[in-house]
Amino acid sequence: MLQQVEGSRAVAQTVAACRPEVVCAYPISPQTHIIEALGASVKSGSLSPCEFINVESEFAAMSVLIGASAAGARAYTATASQGLLFMIEAVYNAAGLGLPVVMTLANRAIGAPINIWNDHSDAMSVRDSGWIQLFAETNQEAADLHVQAFSLAEQLSLPVMVCMDGYILTHAVEGIDVPAQSDVDAFLPAYQPRQVLDPDTPISIGAMVGPEAFEEVRYLAHLRQLDALQLIPAVSEEFEAQFGRQSGGLVRAYRTEDAETVVVALGSVLGSIKDAVDIRREAGERIGVLGVTSFRPFPFEAVRQALATARRIIVVERAFSIGFGGVLSTDVSMATHDGGSRLHTVVAGLGGRPVTSRSLDAMLARAALDDLDPLVFLDLDRDVVKRERARLVGTRPPEPTADGVVGWLGTASGGG
Amino acid sequence: MFQVRIHGRGGQGVVTAAELLSVAAFIEGRHAQAFPSFGSERMGAPIVSFCRIDDHPIRAHEPVIEPDGLIIQDVTLLHQVDLFSGLTPEGYVLVNTPRSVDELGLGSLVGRFHPGRLASCPATQIAQEQLGRPLPNAALLGAFSALTGAVSLDALATAIRQRYPGEVGERNVVAAAAASRAIEPSPSELSRAAAG
Repeated sequence: MLQQVEGSRAVAQTVAACRPEVVCAYPISPQTHIIEALGASVKSGSLSPCEFINVESEFAAMSVLIGASAAGARAYTATASQGLLFMIEAVYNAAGLGLPVVMTLANRAIGAPINIWNDHSDAMSVRDSGWIQLFAETNQEAADLHVQAFSLAEQLSLPVMVCMDGYILTHAVEGIDVPAQSDVDAFLPAYQPRQVLDPDTPISIGAMVGPEAFEEVRYLAHLRQLDALQLIPAVSEEFEAQFGRQSGGLVRAYRTEDAETVVVALGSVLGSIKDAVDIRREAGERIGVLGVTSFRPFPFEAVRQALATARRIIVVERAFSIGFGGVLSTDVSMATHDGGSRLHTVVAGLGGRPVTSRSLDAMLARAALDDLDPLVFLDLDRDVVKRERARLVGTRPPEPTADGVVGWLGTASGGG
Repeated sequence: MFQVRIHGRGGQGVVTAAELLSVAAFIEGRHAQAFPSFGSERMGAPIVSFCRIDDHPIRAHEPVIEPDGLIIQDVTLLHQVDLFSGLTPEGYVLVNTPRSVDELGLGSLVGRFHPGRLASCPATQIAQEQLGRPLPNAALLGAFSALTGAVSLDALATAIRQRYPGEVGERNVVAAAAASRAIEPSPSELSRAAAG
């Protein structure tokens, strides 16, 4: 039903409609409203049968879900930022064990310096863990992707992470068509585990694997992710047939037909990018947008096709690899390396800095004049950087940069 | 698109005000989006929330930089925060105060904006009378509805009743209506009524 509702609430209602049997999480912003709402549903009995398990940490949360999933339960959690880092050993284990856990990642920056706001550093930190990682562009898609995530996870025996921008989506109140229980029941059959830990017929899972077979195991995991490249679009089509709207899939192209310039991005920033691109299209520029929904597995072929006409590719990223550059850019570059296009990485929105249509438009205007560097930091305060660099010359040992920058700006963090 | 920015202090319901406004627009069949400025919210700290209303789906999720309407819940913010930043020359301003706009000491600022679109409303006093508590949201939104025509009073009343069922909701609806009556209709509201 179409409701004017907070993104987190819509996700919680949708997850509840997927009938998880175990929900286990540890509180961390900005995912908190999702788990609070699910906890309330379990307590009130509206989500039943389901066990909500309180634990002392994120590491425990994922460990509990590994046990729950191995015992045949549909299992769900949500986390963000340091919470994801704290559970990372178990995150890898869930993938390696082939357990179809579904997790919402309410994307948030990673400290230090401590920062509770949005960027994609947390998702990037586990991109090699073997989880499927889907990025929601809108709150509608965030809700819809959870229904698809359980289906994908259970068909593939792989865990799936639905990434949604923390605060920007989780805390936005919008019109969202929350998937109805009857539609979800028709779309998502009860979980039929491939293997079940059962005391009556004991087995062990998670055997030690030595050098004689570890490479094969990893290669097989890769093949299963490649299988997901087929299944993700198929599940998206099934979803459209059941729910009457498009959500998910591998990539989504917007006005790319004859585009010479294509802007590539993950998540909610695609909204402002599309607004900026529409204005430039009206002025006659051949420019389009490519949203990547499936970040892992990375859809090389779909990206290559969507960027076939592009002479200039601009990857807008809410994360970057320090000492290197763009993360998504590297993947896009691999997909298009033989296409003769020029690729720019635009790092934007780190630690919750708003990515505005205005700044995007100014950046795209420079690109149109061939005046954009290969690596750009959008809205970077170069004056502060210069002053801090100058201050540090000759100081030994260097003082903490974060404190220096805050000092130059004359602000104490706290937002609000 | 009609974009609103709401300024207040933590605990005054700044976020709820934006949400109620968006729900009222949603009830009228329009697209709407409400969200807070995200921070470590604390009681009493300056807080900002945003609302966008449009006839088309709203794709942008960035903060409102150039608002068409400002609601100032706490008049003590007037000289502490750059409240009028980005306000369009045709923009609306509603201040929660029993004093008139002329008495607020805004000086040259007033001349920059459309005179018929600056208004004050004793929302806290109205709330005290109707609810017995200083919760100015409903009254402010009622006044904002009358000032801007961004949402109708009926839709606002429905949104308030959905959020606060029963007696509390009814009293808030009375507060919204009382504040609405106290606002002179703006020229745009009159032309809208004439056209309708």
